[in-house]
Amino acid sequence: MAVGDSETAGTMGQDDMRRAVVAEIPHLRRYARALLRDATAADDLVQDCLERSLSRLHLFRPGTRLRSWLFAVLHNLFISQARTAQRRRSDSMAEPPDTPVEAAQTVRIEARDMARALQILPAEQRAVVLLIGLEDLSYQEAADVLGVPIGTVMSRLSRGRERLRQLTDGVAQTQLRRVK
Amino acid sequence: MTPRPIDDTLLHAFVDGDLDDTTRAEVQVWLDEHPEDVTRVRAWNEQRLVLHATFDKVLEEPIPTRLLQAARGRPRAAIWQRLAAAAALLAIGGAGGWIARDRLVVLPEAPGRAERAIDAYVIYTAEMRHPVEVPAAEEEHLVRWLSKKLGKTINLPDLTPAGFQLVGGRLLPDQGKPAAQFMYEDDTKRRVTLYMRVVPEAKDTGFSFTRDRDVAAFHWIDGPFGYCLTAALPREKVLQLAQMVYESGPK
Repeated sequence: MAVGDSETAGTMGQDDMRRAVVAEIPHLRRYARALLRDATAADDLVQDCLERSLSRLHLFRPGTRLRSWLFAVLHNLFISQARTAQRRRSDSMAEPPDTPVEAAQTVRIEARDMARALQILPAEQRAVVLLIGLEDLSYQEAADVLGVPIGTVMSRLSRGRERLRQLTDGVAQTQLRRVK
Repeated sequence: MTPRPIDDTLLHAFVDGDLDDTTRAEVQVWLDEHPEDVTRVRAWNEQRLVLHATFDKVLEEPIPTRLLQAARGRPRAAIWQRLAAAAALLAIGGAGGWIARDRLVVLPEAPGRAERAIDAYVIYTAEMRHPVEVPAAEEEHLVRWLSKKLGKTINLPDLTPAGFQLVGGRLLPDQGKPAAQFMYEDDTKRRVTLYMRVVPEAKDTGFSFTRDRDVAAFHWIDGPFGYCLTAALPREKVLQLAQMVYESGPK
């Protein structure tokens, strides 16, 4: 019996819910670490997520998957943080640093340094790539977590993965050329 | 079967195992004829692997105390009191941890702590006829006896909500001091042990995780006791049980 699955969530008391939430912490931490890269910032995000979730436990719909619900709370916090950061950047620069070519030149990405490459992706694409590629959510679950249509999930996934591929490919090619 | 063009959406679903067998076969046929798509599919597959290789280690990390506290829904004031108490004890007791901003940073326990509990798990859960010294039928006597031996009142956790019944318990030596081992098992005879010892000074810690082959153990300190919950079960199941024990511990 997996705590948090639909068949149990309906009959859970407050204490059971809390235990089920604790069991999800490792997954929340992994996702947040991949999103933000910095371990302390990631745990801060998870802590905010836990505090907000517990204050809104009454909003959790029994019969839905607890993990998806927690990811949705975390995602909303993450996006509002990312927007604030973006606004701050926009204030000081004409263009948000969103162009991968420029970023790839300034940040040295090694083929295996996935953590760094991810940070170059726009926040929305990064979230989709991670929810599906790392946390193994289905497309529908990812759409529910992000509150967008499944088509949007697909296009973000497609763009995100292609960009990641170019980033890591570009580096591989540069290294090849250097070797020659 | 009329072949249809395979778009990127289907290629991604192929990578993510999100296709039924028929469509999967169609994509396979398409890939045999479109090597440029094979390159992309292979790259996306690799991305999945690299993501796991990069971040799966986070799952094995001990959960920071502040996150456990947040999940317990403990009011902030109480957290501060607890942290302040821990800080005072640490200042008196010396090394072990320190306070950084609002975080209690906890050093790993001395090595060997989980090892002894895991060894005891391996040895006694394999016993068919004599897994315990005192059986669950004499639960009251068992708890009183081991509380007396350890010198602290043991509050025996109830793991029946998770499907585990008490089998019994035994007294064990732990570096010249008494330790208690309680054993539980479920309907399919899967066994779990809770190892408890009295720690010389109170310094609450977060959960630490240790894996030894197929045996998973969570250990932590809460109040006067050091706990180690051990089982040959998936990590998440062991964590769930450890959390039940933690909830029943000193508040």
